[in-house]
Amino acid sequence: MKVFVCIKQVPDTEAKLKILPDQSGVDGAGIKWVMNPYDEFAVEEAIKFREANAGAQVLVLTLGPKPRAAEVLRTALAMGADEGLLINAPENLDNFSTARALAEVIKQEGGAHLIFTGKVAIDDNSSSVSQMLAEFLSLPHATVVSKFSKGTDGFVVERDVEGGAKELIQLSGASVVAANKGLNMPRYASLPGIMKAKKKTLKEIEFSSLGVSSAEQKIKFTTLTLPPEKPPAKLIPGDSSAQVSTLVQLLRDEAKVL
Amino acid sequence: MGKILVYVEQHHDQIKRSSQELLQAAQKSGHTVAALFLGTHGKLAAAQAASYGAQEVHVLADASLDQYNSENYLAALAQACEKIQPFILLASASSSGKDVFPRLAARLKTGVASDCIELTIQGDSVSAKKPLYSGKCFASVNFENSPVKIILMRANQLPVSAPDTSKTATIQEHVFNKPTLKTILKEIVRGASEKLDLTEANIIVSGGRGLKEAANFKLLENLAEALGATVGASRAVVDAGWVSHGMQVGQTGKTVAPTLYIAVGISGAIQHLAGMSGSKVIVAINSDANAPIFQKATYGIVGDLFDIVPKLTEEFKKVLHK
Repeated sequence: MKVFVCIKQVPDTEAKLKILPDQSGVDGAGIKWVMNPYDEFAVEEAIKFREANAGAQVLVLTLGPKPRAAEVLRTALAMGADEGLLINAPENLDNFSTARALAEVIKQEGGAHLIFTGKVAIDDNSSSVSQMLAEFLSLPHATVVSKFSKGTDGFVVERDVEGGAKELIQLSGASVVAANKGLNMPRYASLPGIMKAKKKTLKEIEFSSLGVSSAEQKIKFTTLTLPPEKPPAKLIPGDSSAQVSTLVQLLRDEAKVL
Repeated sequence: MGKILVYVEQHHDQIKRSSQELLQAAQKSGHTVAALFLGTHGKLAAAQAASYGAQEVHVLADASLDQYNSENYLAALAQACEKIQPFILLASASSSGKDVFPRLAARLKTGVASDCIELTIQGDSVSAKKPLYSGKCFASVNFENSPVKIILMRANQLPVSAPDTSKTATIQEHVFNKPTLKTILKEIVRGASEKLDLTEANIIVSGGRGLKEAANFKLLENLAEALGATVGASRAVVDAGWVSHGMQVGQTGKTVAPTLYIAVGISGAIQHLAGMSGSKVIVAINSDANAPIFQKATYGIVGDLFDIVPKLTEEFKKVLHK
């Protein structure tokens, strides 16, 4: 049983970003790269699944420029994944091309019984590759999943929707599941885990070999800008009663938001 | 002139505000506006579409579309696109919107821009602006090789003017050809709150570690009640287990852009600021005058939240409910 986990390397959430002079992207220099936080839940759930199902194998798959993108696979292997697959690809591929490439590799590897991803990558905030991948592989999908279990003919998931509600969904057969926070507590990579990871297989695949054409690039980000600088906060003086009445008056008469 | 298709969401048989925004934005472009409704409740809301700018109303009134199911919705949307042949498709970046439209884009071999905050339609060209890194920066999204340009807009980003009830539209019902399902919705477990979701809320009151313990969130609930607001939280208190993850605002939670955001006892970690700095007016209440939150705030009160928040609640009640 092959369980794939598609993961992505993103700038650390604490990173301060600088825009490149041509505004085509952010300056990667000095950025600390980490595994997309939601992908950690995906990796953890795949490892838990393998631990509960003899014969299951966890393959982690990422797409990005070498050698940087290999780091995220090493992290997943150190957590306990069995094998890594790196698609060596240029920066700034869009969601469509990315999903097409991931689908090609999964097909070449003989297909999947189960695929995990994170619900969103915190860099481009598109929440789209998981569903596109499911479409290209003709598999059912569920996103924003905070509870997962194996069913009789597939899987049962809980999906978080607006207002704290949950949808209980049954997926039949091989499926694509996008993990939300709350699904599990991702394990840390242990020192023995890190040592073992060095000996695990990490296969490299060239993006150009996958037959994804340039016409499959559908969107492009341009003209990146930082948020406009805000003037400093107007600090409201006085004792608490005066502060409160001044604030409410400002919200009503100056900001006009009440 | 091309056709713009707006996928309309309803709530209690009324067109949601987020969809009203899209219909009116489409109307301003000068293109033909077609509105799409799914399900039997969609059919009930369809009559209102003309007043928000739709010239054509399309309905797939099948009861199997009354609740969201990714495969049924995918099939219904694909069938509608084939009949209507839009060159732009607008929808809300709601839970269901974000779930199904990327898959529709893959099926139609076209591009999708998710979570957009600005929309520009000039003649036949369209672009959108969206936050990257949860709002640490912004980018224009341009489409290439995309027969249908699919744009998912966040709620509360576009103006809505009063509906014009003198307008009329043609209404067409279409048959829904059901797909074979591999995905079955077994049950919906309702949330505790009937309040608007953070991503749709116009006013948000958010709490952080300054509240000292979970029970003190009651103070914020009272404040939110007085304002008709939704309660949010920082990552620190979600990780501490005080409140559920659905309430988290920030880069690993929800990105929000309400008209008014009140941050109580939140110091303002960079990943939290990323998630809320798109708010129109930000109020920070914190005991530490050096807290980073004050750099993003419009108005700041340095003081003891346990003293200020109850007084503020009373003041809002007085001003808003007299």
